[in-house]
Amino acid sequence: MIVKDAICSFCGCLCDDINVEVEENKVKSVKHACRLGSSKILGHGRISSPMVRKGRELKEASYQEAYDRAAEILMDAQKPLLYGWASTVCEAQKKGILLAEEVGGVLDSTATVCHGPSVIGIEEKGLPGATLGQVKNRADTIVFWGCNPAEAHPRHSLRYSSNACGRFTPDGRSGRKIIVVDVRETRTAKNADKLVIIQPGTDYEIISALRMLVAGKSDTVPDEVGGIPKAELVSLVEMLKAAKFGAVFFGLGITHSRGRYKNIDNALSLVADLNSYTKFVITPMRGHYNVGGIGQVLAWSSGYPMSVDFTRQAPYFNPGETSACDLLAKADTDAALIIAADPASNFPRPIVEMLAKIPVIQIDPYENPTTLLAEVVIPSAIAGVEVEGTAYRMDGLALRMRKLVDSGYPSDEEILAGILESVRRKRCSISHEGA
Amino acid sequence: MISGRTLAQGANCESKMSPDFLKAVSLCHLSKEDYDSLSLSEGKNVLLKNEFGETVLSPRVDAGLRRGMVFIPMGPWANILIGPDTGGCGTPQFKGLEIEVEATVSPVLDIRDLFRNIGRREA
Repeated sequence: MIVKDAICSFCGCLCDDINVEVEENKVKSVKHACRLGSSKILGHGRISSPMVRKGRELKEASYQEAYDRAAEILMDAQKPLLYGWASTVCEAQKKGILLAEEVGGVLDSTATVCHGPSVIGIEEKGLPGATLGQVKNRADTIVFWGCNPAEAHPRHSLRYSSNACGRFTPDGRSGRKIIVVDVRETRTAKNADKLVIIQPGTDYEIISALRMLVAGKSDTVPDEVGGIPKAELVSLVEMLKAAKFGAVFFGLGITHSRGRYKNIDNALSLVADLNSYTKFVITPMRGHYNVGGIGQVLAWSSGYPMSVDFTRQAPYFNPGETSACDLLAKADTDAALIIAADPASNFPRPIVEMLAKIPVIQIDPYENPTTLLAEVVIPSAIAGVEVEGTAYRMDGLALRMRKLVDSGYPSDEEILAGILESVRRKRCSISHEGA
Repeated sequence: MISGRTLAQGANCESKMSPDFLKAVSLCHLSKEDYDSLSLSEGKNVLLKNEFGETVLSPRVDAGLRRGMVFIPMGPWANILIGPDTGGCGTPQFKGLEIEVEATVSPVLDIRDLFRNIGRREA
């Protein structure tokens, strides 16, 4: 059987033209997907059974035993952290928020170590955005700043941006100007009309200089900024102003560098400034396929898009205090539920060492370094491949992920419901004992 | 030093305990000039260190890098060099760090060895 036009559940592109050959409930082949998407859909070796740590060893357990132990850990903690959420569907995220409220924890997503600064910058300035369809159909000038879609979002250029042919952009790549700003010559840079290699950590200064030039205040710009001669910056601004419809895509090159959310704040302002001359939009290149979704679900549930503290009477949000890395670094959390993420690999080592000191519950289809630190391991079905649900593309468009094959594993949503039920049962039994 | 996504890292990021992930991620990309100035050759590795820790990686020449800059695929080897400070915004500085690089004959640690000494509390 061929499943046509399935949605890929790897990156924020959510490519919706994937053909998957399924035979005897197994994925046999994947067509149209990039290397990242194919690898995800074809799958890897799985965790076979729930496990609970006894002494230094993880021992196989039933799902109910794992739910009960997870519930105990969360109930015993003063301030548990519920972290991850980017590689699962919105239905599971919604259940996770309920669990965080029930146990009085802090819920944070992987955005906190990726586009968290973008989320903060966007809260401060607003996002002059557009759908990827608008970019495909209209954009004649595209800037990739601190991002490398050729490796992180391999089909972005063909489907949505530089090389896409659209209604008003029938010539595709030859009808567009492509500008790449980076600290190195990436694979994406090889497709650029103009490549601007800047000194690391100078994004803020360069964006400020561009804003001055856009505003006609050339006198205030020094002869060189961030290693770029003023004349080159002037020529860059001329290209931007000449656009009929310009689009900026930015990545972790600016969110992870010196300045972090202030870089984003400034980039958003540059795009707002350019709109005095022509149409310009800006979009963060979101990494995991539904990291946008957890921001949406959290925002409509609590009013905040990440790092939400549910330990008080009302949701509280203060990145730098309620964000996962800060909570762990300051020993301000005493248990962690990790779902659809691998902080042991992706957090700075000093923070991983703090994570290793507290009980960790892991919900994931695959073994990874977080498994090595976990007290409870609960294997799940792969959302977007074995479980249907909703995900948000990088431009904020909600799409329905399809189930491609059946799974013997419970979904993330079912696992969270199991833990929640165990928490409520234990709480009920404690309250009866008290009575 | 900057760290980030590569195609091979992404394709193996859900099989992190596999030899393929080790091969894809325990790399240090550097310019040809830096490779030559460190007298690197087949079989030699690089030791990267800063105030937060040290890690051994396999060197790779990358024509896209300028002298004095290294790129490491994101993951547990790169993150040994990243500090915990988030600048009040929740996000550590994964890019733009100063590190020292030298040639070494020490081996690259396997992923399980990388986490072997991390303190596990008794259940």
